[in-house]
Amino acid sequence: MKIFVCVKQVPDTETKITPKGDGTFIETNSIKWIMNPYDEFAVEQALLVKAANAGSTVTVVRVGGVKDTEALRTALAMGADDSILVEAEDNLDSYMTAKALKGAIEKSGNSPDLILAGKQAIDDDCSQVPQLLAQMMNLPSVSVVVGFEQNGDTLTLKREVEGGAIEVYEVNKPCVVACNKGLNTPRYASLPGIMKAKRKPLEKYSLADVGVTAEDQRLKYSEFKLPEEKPPGKKFDALEEDKQASIVKEVVGLLRTEAKVI
Amino acid sequence: MLNFELSQEQLEIYNEALKFSKNEIAPKASEFDEKAEMPFEIFKKAWELGFYNTCIPTEFGGSGLTTLDSVLISEAFAYSCMGMNTSIMANDLALLPIVIGGSEEQKKKYLTPFTEEFKVASFCLTEPESGSDAASIKTTLKEKDDHFLLNGNKMWITNAGYADLYVVYATVDPQLGHSGITACVLEKGAEGIEVGLPEKKMGHCSSDTRALTFNNVKVPKENIIGGVGQGWKLAMKTLDHSRPLVASSAVGGAQAAFDHALKYANERKQFGKPLAKHQAIQFMLADMGIKVENARNLVHKAAWLLDQGKRNTKIASFAKAYSADICMEVATDAVQIYGGYGYSKEYPVEKIMRDAKLIQIYEGTSQIQKLVIARELNSSI
Repeated sequence: MKIFVCVKQVPDTETKITPKGDGTFIETNSIKWIMNPYDEFAVEQALLVKAANAGSTVTVVRVGGVKDTEALRTALAMGADDSILVEAEDNLDSYMTAKALKGAIEKSGNSPDLILAGKQAIDDDCSQVPQLLAQMMNLPSVSVVVGFEQNGDTLTLKREVEGGAIEVYEVNKPCVVACNKGLNTPRYASLPGIMKAKRKPLEKYSLADVGVTAEDQRLKYSEFKLPEEKPPGKKFDALEEDKQASIVKEVVGLLRTEAKVI
Repeated sequence: MLNFELSQEQLEIYNEALKFSKNEIAPKASEFDEKAEMPFEIFKKAWELGFYNTCIPTEFGGSGLTTLDSVLISEAFAYSCMGMNTSIMANDLALLPIVIGGSEEQKKKYLTPFTEEFKVASFCLTEPESGSDAASIKTTLKEKDDHFLLNGNKMWITNAGYADLYVVYATVDPQLGHSGITACVLEKGAEGIEVGLPEKKMGHCSSDTRALTFNNVKVPKENIIGGVGQGWKLAMKTLDHSRPLVASSAVGGAQAAFDHALKYANERKQFGKPLAKHQAIQFMLADMGIKVENARNLVHKAAWLLDQGKRNTKIASFAKAYSADICMEVATDAVQIYGGYGYSKEYPVEKIMRDAKLIQIYEGTSQIQKLVIARELNSSI
């Protein structure tokens, strides 16, 4: 089986985020990059499927800046066979990213039997790329997957929906599966794995190589800013009974005029 | 040429070890400290990932790590529990004499099994009456026919209750002083090894510490490491390797205490503003930051020198003495910044302060390090 895993490199969850001066993105100079945590479930699932299907290979694909290749190297150290990097800005929109992934998978010369991805990236939280990619490649897709079973060419996938209910899908390969937390427990990269990773192939393509042009841009970022700091809460002392009526009046008034929630 | 950046691979080793440390060690550190038990499940997991026995060369199945690689792992593990890291490091301390002075057959026989399955080792030097004055050991190796007989008592032996292998220092003749000291290797179950009860300690409770007694233990001649009378030199060379490792454990502990204190100082408000906005606390935090950074740089230099094949005795002792002392200071200041909460077992800095104390004591007290340093300094004149 040819298994592809799409990964994104995102700022470490402990990073202090600072918007860029011109508002087009965030400052990336001092960021510690990690593999998007949901993508770790995708890499783990790929390695489990590989182990169950002799002769399989796992290729990780990433679209993004070249400065730091943490996400790809982590996937290789966990056990993926090779990797492709499509060199691009770190804030491509979902459409361009999906198109670049499609182009990279096609350019690799291997026809995918299975494409895995995280259900969303924890930086922009778009939750769009796996579905866009499936649509572009004319493949079925299931997202928010928490259960994965393979019977020959058929996959039985469990999908989490609102309210904690589970939907069960039967899908034929090839398909796109977007993974959620709970699907598996991602392994640590072992020391020998880390040592081997540096000798594994890393193919580099440009956006032009994979057929993406400026006209593919669907979204333009204009103003990255931090959410406004919440003002401290107000306290009302309603212990004295004779004051309660007036306090209720005051609170309702503030909810209406200041908080504007009623 | 001077470069303070770790290589990409070293960064990955450190990050992965830290991830393991934060996810697997940290959540269990307090529990195993309280129970005073070794967390074998965690140790086995770390072993499976290759984070154990970092001193074993590749030809005997090891990962072939540099000393700098191994201090990065040690720092990352100690960040979550210095006690667990003591037990992990004790394996290296015991195996290093074999790596440094063992014959090819000894290396194959004793090192390779540690790469094939999870095993525990003990380094046995200290005795009830011989601590800093290590050359005064009284445990004896007496030649008898085709073997030696080992007799004596050892004290404060890490991993002793679970060891598959012991590296024991003894003397063939106490009159000979340094030149009588001889190292030998014993395997679990050798007749005449008596293992004491676990010691009740202030800290490092998740590492097993016991006394050992040897009663006429038969030691085949091929179990002598590096030749009769070579033990002292071997022990000194071993310490050159292990000091950066122990020092990095102190750096990990100090970094953890500092990180906790810095975070807490920014959250906790007194007199209407966070502690971190009070100059008295700012000075403490600044000093803690300076100390941790200095200690780490010394440790990395001590490890780097060894990796370059250069003599590191002075810098390794700088690193060990300084890191252990600042770990204690930083941990004490972290408890101070936490105030009453810092004294409570509900918060993490109390354990770090208890654990920090031992690093000033074991593997050469801070005072012994300073004697080593003075000897190195004076011999250069």
